[in-house]
Amino acid sequence: MTEIALTLTDAHASTARRARRQRLQDAAFRNATLAFALLVLLILGGVTVSLIDGALPALRAFGFGFVATEVWNPVSEEFGALAPIYGTLITSVIAMAVGIPVSFGIALFITEMCPAWLKRPLGVAIELLAGIPSIIYGIWGLFVFAPFMQSTIQPFLINTLGQIPGIGNLFMGPPYGIGILTAGLILGIMVLPFITSITRDVFETVPPMVRESAYGLGATTWEVVWNVVLPYTRTGVVGGVMLGLGRALGETMAVTFVIGNAHRISSSIMAPGTTISASIANEFTEAVGDVYTSSLVALGLILFLITFTVLSIAKLMLLRLQRKAGV
Amino acid sequence: MTMTHMDANSPTHGSHQMPPGMLAGTATGTAAERAIAGAGLPEKISVRNLDFFYDGYRALKSISLPLYDRQVTAFIGPSGCGKSTLLRILNRMYDLYPKQVATGEVMLDGVNILSPKQDLNLLRARVGMVFQKPTPFPMSIYDNIAFGVKLYEKLSRADMDERVEFSLRRAALWDEVKDKLRQNGMSLSGGQQQRLCIARAIAVKPSVLLLDEPTSALDPISTAKCEELIDELRSDYCIAIVTHNMQQAARISNFTAFMYLGELIEFGNTEEIFTNPTKEKTSEYITGRFG
Repeated sequence: MTEIALTLTDAHASTARRARRQRLQDAAFRNATLAFALLVLLILGGVTVSLIDGALPALRAFGFGFVATEVWNPVSEEFGALAPIYGTLITSVIAMAVGIPVSFGIALFITEMCPAWLKRPLGVAIELLAGIPSIIYGIWGLFVFAPFMQSTIQPFLINTLGQIPGIGNLFMGPPYGIGILTAGLILGIMVLPFITSITRDVFETVPPMVRESAYGLGATTWEVVWNVVLPYTRTGVVGGVMLGLGRALGETMAVTFVIGNAHRISSSIMAPGTTISASIANEFTEAVGDVYTSSLVALGLILFLITFTVLSIAKLMLLRLQRKAGV
Repeated sequence: MTMTHMDANSPTHGSHQMPPGMLAGTATGTAAERAIAGAGLPEKISVRNLDFFYDGYRALKSISLPLYDRQVTAFIGPSGCGKSTLLRILNRMYDLYPKQVATGEVMLDGVNILSPKQDLNLLRARVGMVFQKPTPFPMSIYDNIAFGVKLYEKLSRADMDERVEFSLRRAALWDEVKDKLRQNGMSLSGGQQQRLCIARAIAVKPSVLLLDEPTSALDPISTAKCEELIDELRSDYCIAIVTHNMQQAARISNFTAFMYLGELIEFGNTEEIFTNPTKEKTSEYITGRFG
């Protein structure tokens, strides 16, 4: 009897030991992963703090006028962010104007009408497009696309749209090839895969039965897409567009190659301009003096705020869609 | 692969006006005898020698049966027997998907709807469908009804209001929603949503209604309401209903088709099928010995 009791207590003791060890392991694992997770917040906070810290001299020197003036004069050390902000927003608008319809077209084709054998190759091609480094878009833009714009598209635009009073102002001036329009179009190509893959995914969340119900009433594919699929996925689609927009706002290399880097705001979208990221990339190496450097950092801070806002909105919208789908 | 073949040698080709008993040439023996039960009734849809293939797999095997106008025909049988597949052929819903092929004939008012020349959108406007689960569109109750109508008719505001009210009344939903027509259709309860879907199908003035287990996702009270509704709609439409619930089939249908493994085992008057089935398989199924 005692022997059995002994082995039992032994067993209990070893079980307890194992349990304690597992508890320790669990705690260690939990703390390690927590530390990694906190690292993300630390990095985000660090970036924000150092951006603000670096931007302070410029903001102190120019105040609110920094975001409201167009002047950018390294010699007299007067800096204003209006031209880069304008360039960033306009190139992104052009990119969205080109990218959204084409992306929707591709996504709808893939989800609604694509023959099965073409689905996979198209999906892979879109992912590959997303994987092309932006420097390659830049080189291609400068050596292939810009000359093409200069010789063909821009003269055509100047002779047609440029002659219309009012909106003609947008398409005036000599065809430089490089400029805001060219940069916007390249950005449009670059955001295409992002918007396409997200919208394709949300289009696929429409239950087949809802789709069939619409077809069952005699609706054409277009009517089903426009009246049922798009309203059903509205928030997700906007989220996808916002992610593309975030990318367009921050894209540096390809834009720097083709935008012309001129700190001025022209009425024509074919004139050279600059964007926030292009200005920073171009000028950091040659920035002399604290105010110049600080002004570039302040530009970075503004870009950070813009993209942060856009991405937050996107995340919120995607979250809302998920909640809806979960019900 | 050919989508359809016009069976020119079929003795009943192009003769949908013939009494159902004349279908003996294409129907299986007993089914044809049973079909005499419907003699004299006008055939809205005549299915003849219908085969269906999912990517080469033969899901329906030489089905022939009539669907009579202003009657409810129930399709019963264990899961996977092809009832829903058959229903989805009647409005060619399968056409949305690749590698699904139907051969044979499905005559709707004397026209073979399996013909490649058939306009699918027009066909689907004439043959309404309601699904297992309620599928309201993400829009207001009013627009849910108006959506299908707008596809084919240009109605004035007043006429559209009238049509919406007519459809909702017909679907026994009007009293519950008349004060909140602008609310999102998805805000209704499950049973209300399903009646909204029936109203939506009725609104485009179809002549045939296909109901694919319309009450399987509903509670008993909503189910009872839907059954009442089907009973009322019988006077105006040719109704085909797929159901897993044999009591339901017995309650609401005039004719019953029992299917098993892609074959039509027995078709006939509902009362006869349930009280005096001729096939062993049918009696086994309706007494609950399998399925």
